[in-house]
Amino acid sequence: MKVRVLVRLKPGILDVQGAAVQRALGGLGFGDVRELRVGKLIEVEVDAPTAERARARVDEMCRRLLANTILEDYTIETDSAEHLAPPGAVR
Amino acid sequence: MRFGVVVFPGTWSDCDFHYVISEVVKQPVKYVWHRDRNLADLDCVVLPGGFSYGDYLRAGAVAGRSPVVEALPEFLAGGGLVLGSCNGFQILCEAGLLPGALMRNECLQYRCQSTSLLVENVDTPFTRALRPGQVLTMPISHGEGKYHAEPETLRALRQRHQVVFRYATAAGQVTRAANPNGSAENIAGIINEEGTVLGLMPHPERAAESAIGGTDGLQIFHSLLGSLVEDGTFTKR
Repeated sequence: MKVRVLVRLKPGILDVQGAAVQRALGGLGFGDVRELRVGKLIEVEVDAPTAERARARVDEMCRRLLANTILEDYTIETDSAEHLAPPGAVR
Repeated sequence: MRFGVVVFPGTWSDCDFHYVISEVVKQPVKYVWHRDRNLADLDCVVLPGGFSYGDYLRAGAVAGRSPVVEALPEFLAGGGLVLGSCNGFQILCEAGLLPGALMRNECLQYRCQSTSLLVENVDTPFTRALRPGQVLTMPISHGEGKYHAEPETLRALRQRHQVVFRYATAAGQVTRAANPNGSAENIAGIINEEGTVLGLMPHPERAAESAIGGTDGLQIFHSLLGSLVEDGTFTKR
């Protein structure tokens, strides 16, 4: 079962990396960027009979290692979700 | 006092700590490999600076779940002390042995410089040789040293006097300009509630001989030895 985890800094925590990228985009003429925050994408392939089970396992992984919940929020997406683009897709 | 200096793949201050403890402080010291869970013959475990496991995922994240770190609660329960500097501080936070987290410096730069540290709590085994309000000079060398914690955690740290060091001016003023990395409330080092785990971003082992610019870092080791001599904390173990 393929699972994707999106890890991002909690709202309200200053994202200095995002701010630097936003400034660089401004330098390239993209002055219309209102806000930009940088996060992490973690792709996990896990042995699990169902999507629910896979999700539960990955949730445990997030709490124990993949995310630092003092700083970060995470969302878990299973590959069967309709809204999820296939790897390599450009949206 | 028997010291153990933990070595992770990517640790870089292990030799400096080992040298200072054996050659300057003149105490028994050995290296402890990150897979080693046996800490029974030690009084103080040191987690040095560096880039443990390449700091992959987050600084100190993987090391915070390593066998040697998993063995620390039992070591502490048996009366041991733990000192984490730089990456060691990050590891202790990641392991949940200290509250809060270290994140990317607000300036986005890697900062390698001398800092002045205001000593706020001298009622710990790591700082008992110091005076409250004393200012120490120690270097920092990190890219991810901005201390972050929830407002209620910061309040609890203040109430319980768990903030041991704050970045300050040479005169001891805690100012925005003296904060090298954007740390909340200029926090440079904290201790756990029990007073047995100290984490700090500065490097005491790099301020231990006048030949390399200062000896203020030695005060932490002298404090530890004072705990041994004055109240026999460690002879009771």
